[in-house]
Amino acid sequence: MSDLSDVVSEFLIESYENLDQLDRDLVALERDPSEKETLASIFRTIHTIKGTSGFLAFSKLESVTHVGENLLSRLRDGLLVLTPDRTSALLTMVDAVRGILANIEESGQEGDGVYDDLIKSLTALTEDGSSAPAAAPPAAMVVDDHESDDHEESEDLALASATSMAKPSATDLGESGPATDSATHRGSVSDSNIRVDVGLLDRLMNLVGELVLARNQILQWSSGTEDTGFLATTQRLNLITTELQEGVMKTRMQPIGNVWAKFPRVVRDLASTCEKKVRIEMEGKDTELDKTIIESIKDPLTHIVRNAVDHGIESPHQRLLSGKEEEGLLLLRAYHEGGQVNIEIVDDGKGLDAAKIKEKAISRGLLTAEQAGRMSDRELVNLIFLPGFSTAAKVTNVSGRGVGMDVVKTNIEKIGGTVDLQSRPGEGTTLKIKIPLTLAIIPALIVTTGGDRFAIPQVSLLELVRLEGAQARKGIEWIHGAPVYRLRGNLLPLVFLNEQLQLGGPGSSVASLLDFEAARAELRGWLARAREAIKGHGANAPADLPPPAETTLGRWLSSCNDDLNALPTVELLRSACDAFFEGVSKITQAGGKVESHSLVEIESLAEVAAEQIGALQSYLETASSLNIVVLSADDRHFGLVVDEINDTEEIVVKPLSKQLKGLSVFAGATIMGDGRVALILDILGMAQRSGVVSQVRDRTLVDSKPQVHGEEVDKQTLLLVGVGEHGRMAIPLSAVARLEEFSGSTIERTGRDEVVQYRGNILPLLRLSSVLPESGSSHEADPMPVVVYSEDDRSVGLVVDRIIDIVEESVVLQRRSGRSGVLGSAIIQGRVTDVLDVRGLICKADPSFFEAVAA
Amino acid sequence: MSQQFCTFKLDGHLFGVEVLHVQEVIRFQEMTRVPLAPGAVNGLINLRGQIVTAIDLRARFGMASRRPNQLPMNVIIRTDDGAVSFLVDEIGDVFDVGDDALESPPQTIDGEARELIRGVYKLNDGLLLALDTERACDTGRLVGAAVED
Repeated sequence: MSDLSDVVSEFLIESYENLDQLDRDLVALERDPSEKETLASIFRTIHTIKGTSGFLAFSKLESVTHVGENLLSRLRDGLLVLTPDRTSALLTMVDAVRGILANIEESGQEGDGVYDDLIKSLTALTEDGSSAPAAAPPAAMVVDDHESDDHEESEDLALASATSMAKPSATDLGESGPATDSATHRGSVSDSNIRVDVGLLDRLMNLVGELVLARNQILQWSSGTEDTGFLATTQRLNLITTELQEGVMKTRMQPIGNVWAKFPRVVRDLASTCEKKVRIEMEGKDTELDKTIIESIKDPLTHIVRNAVDHGIESPHQRLLSGKEEEGLLLLRAYHEGGQVNIEIVDDGKGLDAAKIKEKAISRGLLTAEQAGRMSDRELVNLIFLPGFSTAAKVTNVSGRGVGMDVVKTNIEKIGGTVDLQSRPGEGTTLKIKIPLTLAIIPALIVTTGGDRFAIPQVSLLELVRLEGAQARKGIEWIHGAPVYRLRGNLLPLVFLNEQLQLGGPGSSVASLLDFEAARAELRGWLARAREAIKGHGANAPADLPPPAETTLGRWLSSCNDDLNALPTVELLRSACDAFFEGVSKITQAGGKVESHSLVEIESLAEVAAEQIGALQSYLETASSLNIVVLSADDRHFGLVVDEINDTEEIVVKPLSKQLKGLSVFAGATIMGDGRVALILDILGMAQRSGVVSQVRDRTLVDSKPQVHGEEVDKQTLLLVGVGEHGRMAIPLSAVARLEEFSGSTIERTGRDEVVQYRGNILPLLRLSSVLPESGSSHEADPMPVVVYSEDDRSVGLVVDRIIDIVEESVVLQRRSGRSGVLGSAIIQGRVTDVLDVRGLICKADPSFFEAVAA
Repeated sequence: MSQQFCTFKLDGHLFGVEVLHVQEVIRFQEMTRVPLAPGAVNGLINLRGQIVTAIDLRARFGMASRRPNQLPMNVIIRTDDGAVSFLVDEIGDVFDVGDDALESPPQTIDGEARELIRGVYKLNDGLLLALDTERACDTGRLVGAAVED
């Protein structure tokens, strides 16, 4: 039994079901031989069994069903009439089939029953158009050689109730030992399997989801009681729910082999079309996945397999030349790993040519040469996931139309998976897909920030790091204002959840990270200045002190949020600082000409301030700790800083309503044990929002969609640029033709205007910082990033200071602007950003630009 | 033709929603705020295991916010996108109004508010503003639309 292959047991299940139906049909048919449809259905059933048995090399089964099929086909075509003899013969055949099936189930073999007589009689009944009554006895006799009496008696009975015949005939036909009691064993496959409507399973899954929620609520509630009886019951409920959940989940699981089954054919056909030789191998066919996931990876996998054969594997001739076997190998491998399923598609073909991809990307306008030059091979290889990219030199009917790989990536990411491509030139390509086992109920880590709870899907979770006290402060280092943490020697960028979500909250915010040493040093500096001023040696005072508001302490105090301000130590420090700086400024303003006791006074003020710094330090160091949730998104690691790490829990994912669909940082919501709603973080969205993961693959300008008209637009793609020191502006991507970089030395002048030579034309340049002077002074970047705007065949280059990002956000203009060239302000990526009106801007600088177009 | 309206008050005004659109009316529920959400989205509530987005109609109409001790009521509306809750000040009666009492909203109502009102019913003792539930649910006014202006 256990060693039966899946195909055979499926065949058995299906055949048993069909045979039961067949018995009923044949009997019904005999009563009303004109039922053409029943006859056709019987014919189909037998035909299917014959076909499959031939395929599975069950020759006896095949020959028996073959003659039966012949008879049936003539009956169906109306060439023969169904007589009781023929019915019995057919029923006998059904029993013979059943006997053979029982043997197969028992031993995997057809058994040594002899069916020649049955075949003969069926053949006779088929050929004998007149249906001689004489042909009838053999039909019965053949079957019941030893117990013909018995059978004749039971014949009518058998006709009435087909199942009653199953036992004797199986015994007779089987002859071999195991077959004798096969009737009792029969159906151990079919009885233990039923077909269930998928809709029912989905409903069950939903109900289990609700049960899990209710269980979580009860668990939470029970933790507050001492009633042991109740606690024990809760524990049992907990266990049973978990088992039930696993069980129901299993019912929806399907082996990935179901999807793979069609690939050998796909590969064979494709290989012969491309005149290649490809062998396909599969590992881990039994790896199981949720049905919904299986369905959504079907198309992406097919794409990948086709691509591998068409683009990856070389022609036999080429392979021989490069010293490989003539036959290429395509390996599909699937395995479970850490609650996820990994699927690898490996070919030993020519691999991807990074240089060729680079060239293509540049020629297609997906990248500029400079951009491409800065990319690593690995990044270049992953460019094939860009929309509109194909390296095939010619478009075949198989692939090469430039759709495919981007669809693959989008589809996989839609179900929370990731795709990674690795390629060694000349050796082959490995595409690795990681997907979650199921989508409906996921394990998640619950964290708290700013008083709100959030769920982080555990698939993205790598580890948790907690920094206590002084460590919390010292552990964080800063690169250009970006906090990082050294995790076992590697720099881990930190993202503060409360900042990303614009929540308040003490402890984890950047504001609480005060550099105490710097604060003390500055304090000492100011005290020294006061002393020197009093002594009349103003010139000896430390010169490069920042003004009070710009000191480390001053900046920190002004950046404190409400929660920090509410702390008594912060209040005391603030008043101490204010008093000290006021005293110092009095002294310096008076040019040191103050009474002598002022020195004592200012020194004591400085002492109070220093004391308060110490008090704050010890408060923060004991009270504050930093909880870092180390996450992985798109293969990048980053640390999400949260206030508190609560627990892990199984959560039921519920989608967000359309009002909130645009929030890419949330994957959905769930109901927690206490009945309240918590949001589920979308880790990839969070990483993109915070800039941990660049959006290189979205940075394709070819993809810039024409602007959708009307209110149904729910998202805008905006190019974020930096102007001046801190200025951020957004340009609708639809107004952007290209992004370029020009070196300062290529700028030439015509009259007052700056121009560059660009693609054989003269491109006038417009400096945003000079058109919008209020946006802040520009610093000279070299090369200068330039946003090219085109209308008809005229172009203008907008010179900006930085290209920051491309975001897709639903942007609400919060403040309209009276300034020409600026539509208004909006909050984008958590920062107030001016949204530019490019046309207005150009008009402002060069009113003739659009007239020239019109002319 | 007459229609039944479930009515509610918002800043002293009487508003109405067709009874057929209303799933139920419930008292104030604890809410989970949604960071970064459009301003009118007040939070998410748990309605017997279903997660429902609560939209504050006062914010939608640009009215001043409620006093802190004034808890809103939830009017749960059925939409194609599932249930949505409108936060209102208080619940009124169900009125039967005839179409002959209907007028389109006067031009003088300021821009956004007028878009959210399908019409005005003249009742004996006041006016009933019929809410356009679909537009009221649409909380994001977007840059895209502004660029087109």
